[in-house]
Amino acid sequence: AFGGVLCAFTLILIGVLAFSIRLFSVIKYESVIHEFDPYFNFRVTQFLSKNGIYEFWNWFDDRTWYPLGRVIGGTVYPGLTLTAGSIWWFVNALNIPLSVETVCVFTAPIFSAIASWATYLLTKEAKGTGAGLMAAAILAMVPSYISRSVAGSYDNEAVAIFALVFTFYLYVKTLNTGSLFYATLNALSYFYMVCSWGGYTFIINLIPMHVLLCIVTGRYSSRLYIAYAPLVILGTLLAALVPVVGFNAVLTSEHFASFLVFIILHVVAFVYYIKGLLTPRLFKMAMTLVITVGLAVCFAVVAILVALVASSPTKGWSGRSLSLLDPTYASKYIPIIASVSEHQPPTWPSYFMDINVLAFLVPAGIISCFLPLSDASSFMVLYLVTAVYFSGVMVRLMLVLAPAACILSGIALSSAFDVLTRSMKFQLSKLFDDGPAISGNGSPNGSSASTVNTSSSKNEKTEKSEAAPKEKQSKKNRRKDKEVTESVSVKPKKEKRLSVLPLEASIVSTLLLIALGGFYVVHCVWAAAEAYSAPSIVLTSRSREGLHVFDDFREAYAWLSHNTDVDDKVASWWDYGYQTTAMANRTVIVDNNTWNNTHIATVGTAMSSPEKAAWEIFDSLDVKYVLVVFGGLVGYPSDDINKFLWMVRIGGGEFPHIKEPDYLRDGQYRVDAQATPTMLNCLMYKLCYYRFVETDGKGFDRVRGYEIGKKHFKLTHFEEVFTTHHWMVRIYKLKPQKNRIRGKLKKLKSVSLPAY
Amino acid sequence: AGGGGPRSDPHRAGFTHCLSSKRSEGARFVRMPKADGDAKLLIQSLNKAYAATPTNLKIIDLYVFFAMVTALVQVGYMGVVGSFPFNSFLSGVLSCIGTAVLAVCLRIQVNKDNKEFKDLPPERAFADFVLCNLVLHLVIMNFLG
Repeated sequence: AFGGVLCAFTLILIGVLAFSIRLFSVIKYESVIHEFDPYFNFRVTQFLSKNGIYEFWNWFDDRTWYPLGRVIGGTVYPGLTLTAGSIWWFVNALNIPLSVETVCVFTAPIFSAIASWATYLLTKEAKGTGAGLMAAAILAMVPSYISRSVAGSYDNEAVAIFALVFTFYLYVKTLNTGSLFYATLNALSYFYMVCSWGGYTFIINLIPMHVLLCIVTGRYSSRLYIAYAPLVILGTLLAALVPVVGFNAVLTSEHFASFLVFIILHVVAFVYYIKGLLTPRLFKMAMTLVITVGLAVCFAVVAILVALVASSPTKGWSGRSLSLLDPTYASKYIPIIASVSEHQPPTWPSYFMDINVLAFLVPAGIISCFLPLSDASSFMVLYLVTAVYFSGVMVRLMLVLAPAACILSGIALSSAFDVLTRSMKFQLSKLFDDGPAISGNGSPNGSSASTVNTSSSKNEKTEKSEAAPKEKQSKKNRRKDKEVTESVSVKPKKEKRLSVLPLEASIVSTLLLIALGGFYVVHCVWAAAEAYSAPSIVLTSRSREGLHVFDDFREAYAWLSHNTDVDDKVASWWDYGYQTTAMANRTVIVDNNTWNNTHIATVGTAMSSPEKAAWEIFDSLDVKYVLVVFGGLVGYPSDDINKFLWMVRIGGGEFPHIKEPDYLRDGQYRVDAQATPTMLNCLMYKLCYYRFVETDGKGFDRVRGYEIGKKHFKLTHFEEVFTTHHWMVRIYKLKPQKNRIRGKLKKLKSVSLPAY
Repeated sequence: AGGGGPRSDPHRAGFTHCLSSKRSEGARFVRMPKADGDAKLLIQSLNKAYAATPTNLKIIDLYVFFAMVTALVQVGYMGVVGSFPFNSFLSGVLSCIGTAVLAVCLRIQVNKDNKEFKDLPPERAFADFVLCNLVLHLVIMNFLG
């Protein structure tokens, strides 16, 4: 009972820790939504809270991707918005007046606390309560998870990681108990995961892999059948219920592994059943008969399947999954996927930054999982290995590696502390208690390593809690020693030889491990406070006068929302689409959903073309205002000039008259006097550097580090309407077409527009 | 003793008849006589072993068989008529396969020969089966369109 209460109290403390370590951004800046994607989720949640669930489900959004629009109900993963919406509704029903924004900002820390409890449950299934508590405490602080779930980061991963760990917990629990009730809960938890994140394909491929591993290593049992078969059927149905997934649940290659393993499992189960019915000789006969007939049928079916799959150009896989399997695929065929910074492979230091000490505790955890190997611990090892591979392909998938690393490190640390405290207990009891009772052991006292012969059941109990008081321990040891003398004389059949370390070594090791934990905690708190709490919509810098705040983005969006008509269309690069619709409430041409490559390429082409051609493209899209982000005055490095080459590449991918070498001088991208004329005349250059020379007289760009090429020029088709305080966001208006076309061109020119 | 005599005669005749027929049949199947006899022996022993299973398990097996036949009928119907409301087809077939799978799970849990589940009361197993079927059919009805 004491152990249970202590465990519950520790879990509550872990939850509070997980919640509070994510509050740095609220303390340092304000309670605001961060980044780009969370603004879209916030806008959808606002819509849901205002109009109810039926309107949300059938919502067609005409304020983005003008003139195409976007079917929100069918293309968004509804889990996060429905969760936050229901929390908001519940809290307001209790008459606690929290606004939608507050609920959205704090959803992620709440769910990270719940996720660490889920990690405790999952690790407990594999290795016991001590390992569970350790893993939960580590997950509460791991920087990789903090980076995507800090207060204000209202993104899918905030709830998806909880759903992932909880689904794995229910799967392992079903595997351990064989209860159909947990299998049902597993399917429902998988449904919640499918609702929340596109990464659910990881679950539906990892679990079949594990089932296959169990079958191949001879660990097939009827509990495996109960754990897997209902999950496939119920899971596929539930996944098909979510509109985003729809029929992809049965048609795309990401799910084929689950069906294949389903069939294999049934074959294996049938074989075991027949084996139970027949005598061995008859069974051998049956096998030879079946194999000759069955192989022929198998080949026919497999040939049909392969022909079906090979007929589709991507072999049935989606672009993102293909880029996971073949890391070079995206850069060759789909520049949009390659251009997202989160999709780049991680660097080696980012592993140490994101999972820190866990990086070398994980191999110890793998070894600990093998002694002894159970279904649950083999699942952990498989999860870790696949997560390490995928995290090596895309840096945003470090997040999937984080729970696996935490679980295995928790197991490693718990086993290490287990051995060390057991040694300390044994050595201290020997120190206090030398007498004839010990002589039966036959092991020398002192610094050499000694072995203890005990009955196996007694030591399994000591694995559970390390906090038993010392008097109890020495009493237990005395009882154990007396039992040992008796058992040695009786010569028992079951003996477990557990190694015990010398006292000084175990004390020093315990202190060192605790110091290691201390370093980990210090790093996590530093990472949370300094590295991952920036809302990126507000920037700060420290100077001699103190803290300087750059609030240019919100300044620009507020200007747009106050000084333009409600129906005006704003064109910008797709990065800023979500923020523009959410904060400025204006219609945009392209946004972060990036579902239509040609539309993005149109905007990219317009930004790369000279002024007149760009004006014509924008006019055909009914655009009134163009927004560019420029960091040259203050040294903000993620501005549009640095992203410009991607615009050229994506535009050039669809419209061949835009060629990347035209913008490079000798293969180098530059905007100074050495730049190519195409570069100096394109719309992006002109809109960014218009009147820039007036700031310091020389036009020195602080990001690029040199003076710009073309300094004095006028705009013929655009006029500047707003530039923010630090010149970070610049808004231009399209000049209306002239009433009279001058000169010889009396007839209307037929404008050749880029085809959709 | 007297009654046994005339009765044994037709048996003996049948036996010799049987022998002669086997000899002629043996001439025909001279390539794989062993496989054919083996298959018959296999099926006979399977039948005998299966007949020994308890009745409640046989009822579950019948239910599984019925569900699979229904699924096959639906697939055949789809082949004839086309798969237009694909969600209806999918939900119909998956409901049959799903309830068959759940029945197999029930059979595993109720089977007295299964040592892993010997302390699971069959009422609990049946209650789990009903619950899982409820969830399955709720989803099916939602997806049926």
